[in-house]
Amino acid sequence: MRLLVVAGPPSAGKTAVVKQVIRHLGGEMQPAYLKIDVVRAFEDEEIAREFGIPTKKVYSGDLCPDHAGIMIMREAMEWAGREGADLLIVESAGLCLRCSPYVTQSLGIVVLSAISGTHAPLKMGPMIALADMAVVTRTDLVSQAEKEVFRERIREVAPEIEIVETNAVQGTGLRYLFRRVAGTPAIGDPDRVVLRGVPPLGVCTVCVGKKEIGWQHHFGVVRRLEGTDLFFRGE
Amino acid sequence: MDHQATEITLLPGSDKNGETEHFDQIVIRPGETLAIVGPTGSGKSALINDIEVFAQKDTVTGRTVLVNGRAPPEEYVRDPAKKPVALITQNTKCLADLQVQEFLEMHLRSRKIEEEGVVEETIALANEFTGEKITPGARMTSLSGGQTRSLMVADAILISNTPVIILDEVENAGIFKDRVIEVLRTYQKAVVFVTHDPLVALLCDRRVVMRNGTVVRVIEATGVELEALEQVRAVDGFLCMLREEIRAGKIITGDLHHLSPPGEVNAA
Repeated sequence: MRLLVVAGPPSAGKTAVVKQVIRHLGGEMQPAYLKIDVVRAFEDEEIAREFGIPTKKVYSGDLCPDHAGIMIMREAMEWAGREGADLLIVESAGLCLRCSPYVTQSLGIVVLSAISGTHAPLKMGPMIALADMAVVTRTDLVSQAEKEVFRERIREVAPEIEIVETNAVQGTGLRYLFRRVAGTPAIGDPDRVVLRGVPPLGVCTVCVGKKEIGWQHHFGVVRRLEGTDLFFRGE
Repeated sequence: MDHQATEITLLPGSDKNGETEHFDQIVIRPGETLAIVGPTGSGKSALINDIEVFAQKDTVTGRTVLVNGRAPPEEYVRDPAKKPVALITQNTKCLADLQVQEFLEMHLRSRKIEEEGVVEETIALANEFTGEKITPGARMTSLSGGQTRSLMVADAILISNTPVIILDEVENAGIFKDRVIEVLRTYQKAVVFVTHDPLVALLCDRRVVMRNGTVVRVIEATGVELEALEQVRAVDGFLCMLREEIRAGKIITGDLHHLSPPGEVNAA
């Protein structure tokens, strides 16, 4: 089974890209789809209806969705295996951009919208830097010069990344993505699938439900207004 | 690649019912102009997108696009610096956060162009297309539609320097369309206009008529429309001058003949 991890900021067009992959490769491979989101997601139902493939969603709730993704990735592979899938597509909710959801033995795709602004790629470090491929959507809405400048920004973060430009709704230009997915090797040893990047440091007391403001009331990895150093407070 | 020798050939696809389109091939050569006309929803955008992505029967229309008679090498499609086509879209409000100068400098960097003065030259050329002057320090977001479009056209000529330029409804932005066409001809660009503008359509060497997603007819400018073109030119000049009077806040009364001196065309 091949594994495809699709990340990117909200509304970048991740699901549109996923649908194109299923539409074009669904004949050659049997895909299964997993959506990880925070509180609500509909993409799984939509895709099940449209393509009749096995789909699933998981809500991360209080947990970061990418964190949740890592927790359930192993079970997800088993589920997709039981469903007879040979391509598992995992679509992340794509939120805080501090880490990246890509794992080894997979194809990591970041989806970016061409109209998200020139600085956008610079603001999502690891999500781009650790991906294999960047799919830039909505390029039908920008002119040539804008496309090139946006591309330059992505290259500043990841000089070697493979870039594909598309209008994902119509799927223009995605033949290079399909080729890459088709050429991705199957997972060799599921036991050795690990995260590509180091996740952010710890969870703090805000995440576990304390309402007080100010670092004095919290422990874990914390930060003060002055100075950019993190420090550890507590046991 | 010899940019000036690039020729784009469009081969027919099929309509929604699987019927083949009504043309053998459409060739776009350097220095030529092509208009794409047809009602809203007739498939004009899909056609220019096919050209822009060098469709290989892999878009909804099933068309094929050749460069110099052959399937384009992958780098034409994937490396913007080698791509022979630049599309100027209607929406040019996207790259929000840069100054004009910074934007152009970044574009030059991405193309590894180190020549001096290209930024100034591009802004100067853009200012030939628009009545409202663009300054190097202006924010891209603060530019009007006409200014942005003018800048993108100038950029496509001087920085992207592609042999083929596609302009999506250039007339809507209020830029000097006559001047744009003239400059593009001087630079020997092959230009494709998606247009609803009678003057732009009649000025082109050929006119592709679209309906229901397919090409239904290709009309060559053989000269039979020349007389009509002159009249349209006069009407257009008249309307442009009238527009300026209205913009200037004047009350428009009585005989308007003074607005259109015979034989003189104002593109404003």
